[in-house]
Amino acid sequence: MIPDALPDGALAVAAPDELPPRRWALAGVLRHRSLIAGLVISGLLVLMLAAAPLLTSADPNLQDPTASFAAPSLAYPMGADAFGRDLFARVLYGGRTTILASFGVVALGGVAGVTLGLIAGYAGGLVRFVIMRLVDLLLAFPGILLALTVSAVLGPGLMNGVIAIAVVLTPIYARLVEGATAEVRHLPYVDAAVTLGAGAPRIILRHILPNVSPGIIVLTTTWLGVAVLWIAALGFIGVGVQPPQPEWGAILNDGQNYITLAWWITVFPGVFLALLVIGVNLIGDGLRDQLDPTLARF
Amino acid sequence: MSGYVLRRLASIVVLAFGVTLLVFLIIRLIPGDPAVVMLGTNAGDPALIERLHQQLGLDRSIPAQYVIWLGNVLRGDFGYSYGQQQSVASLVAENMPATIKLTLASLSVSLLLGCVIGVAAAVRRNQLLDTAAMGIALAFMSIPSFWLGLLLILLFAVQIPWFDVVGGDSLKGLVLPAATLALGTAGFNARFVRSSVVQAQTQRHVLTARAKGLRRSQVFRRHVLRNSLLPVLTVAGLQVGQLLSGTVIVETVFSRPGIGRLLVQAILAKDYLTVQAVVLIIAIIYALCNFAVDVLYPVLDPRVGNR
Repeated sequence: MIPDALPDGALAVAAPDELPPRRWALAGVLRHRSLIAGLVISGLLVLMLAAAPLLTSADPNLQDPTASFAAPSLAYPMGADAFGRDLFARVLYGGRTTILASFGVVALGGVAGVTLGLIAGYAGGLVRFVIMRLVDLLLAFPGILLALTVSAVLGPGLMNGVIAIAVVLTPIYARLVEGATAEVRHLPYVDAAVTLGAGAPRIILRHILPNVSPGIIVLTTTWLGVAVLWIAALGFIGVGVQPPQPEWGAILNDGQNYITLAWWITVFPGVFLALLVIGVNLIGDGLRDQLDPTLARF
Repeated sequence: MSGYVLRRLASIVVLAFGVTLLVFLIIRLIPGDPAVVMLGTNAGDPALIERLHQQLGLDRSIPAQYVIWLGNVLRGDFGYSYGQQQSVASLVAENMPATIKLTLASLSVSLLLGCVIGVAAAVRRNQLLDTAAMGIALAFMSIPSFWLGLLLILLFAVQIPWFDVVGGDSLKGLVLPAATLALGTAGFNARFVRSSVVQAQTQRHVLTARAKGLRRSQVFRRHVLRNSLLPVLTVAGLQVGQLLSGTVIVETVFSRPGIGRLLVQAILAKDYLTVQAVVLIIAIIYALCNFAVDVLYPVLDPRVGNR
């Protein structure tokens, strides 16, 4: 089904007929400039964070009073913070936290939202009414406000921040999937599967989910960038990751107190954060162009 | 037309009702005794806890609590902030004007910037300017507002002292926070305007206008621009609520007074009555803006008016 969802004119012309479908799609993906740029930028960043122990031998939490506010140098590539902790190590290890938490957000919100959307779209009737009214209610709050409110209720901490942002994503996924599911629910091929005796779980997973997956993929990359921004924002405000654990937002919050004294604490984590979000958003743009041409590019 | 407005009004009232229910639940969902949590360091005094229990109606059933709370809220009584030693209503009232000023300033900046970049990109579609403009728009959307705020403080207030870092109420103090808050939305608007203009350019009446001999610039002004900037209005309506919540971060970075910073302080201090008030007010304004757009749009664009 997925190649059908790729009626990009240039792509169709460029893809030779003899290529098998999978490579055909891959060739198109690699032809897309913003997608490549995004993959390169975020790929390099993720690689750097993954290789953190190889890039620095410093302990991100080791305090050294003699190195307090050490300027960037060979010993401290990005300088040191108030406690003399190596900022390069904190940025690398902190980025791991930010990225893993962001993936946690889209995984949690995505699974919850897709499940609710599939149930609502497939079941219809009262089930659909109840789920979708709940979705409307959650969408009545601006996203970051809802995330903050939920994290206020749950209390500070990284896990609670992840849950709070996932709560914002859930209704967005549910709305998309519900609409798409309801659309294909009564198409002949679904009815045919019912006639053949397939149960609801099989129909949903084998026949409906693959049809809504391009939208889910696009939504996930779009929101992954937002999740990174919001995880860091919660850390910056002080309701996300708690000290001394490094995380980009939390490091920036710390740097704010010493902005006139040590610019490096403010500049370096932010550069990494902005680059990662730019990379993820480029991937999202590219995937949207490829997988969902019906969505206008804006 | 009026039937449509009434139906929209009815649905917005139902939604607002649901919003109050959710906001009410904030305080019942926090782990532990809400009175003890909210009193914080004052929680040692059993008489005070008892009094707060009665004020919150915690000894009644949940539905009864909701009715009492809603009645108080509708009369403008959001309770008393023990942390700030002040009624929540007066706290919000004090902080509201600064936030409204900031929100409106950044809405104007983001619309203006978005339209300029978006139209320029659409006119030079698939040329270097377009690519550059869309790259800038993407960067705008990707840069975290709190980091941008910190960079601007670092650059302008510390290195080149043109603006006040902790801007008071002056217009000059508004420049950096408004720019910071506007940037992400401006990036979004630029992309939205571009696609809207591009779409309007492909309409058949545009071709007709060209065919009958109108100059390119005339066609663009009369037939393309007028049609393409209308959808921007719908987005702008939604953005009021988003910018309003964005003040949470920007006001914190710039240490500006306002309900955004009030909310952050209230969350960190576990002052849940203030949290409820601010969240409710922003959500209601958000809903009202959506309603206003829904009602105004058919008036401005008669094609969707005949419902």
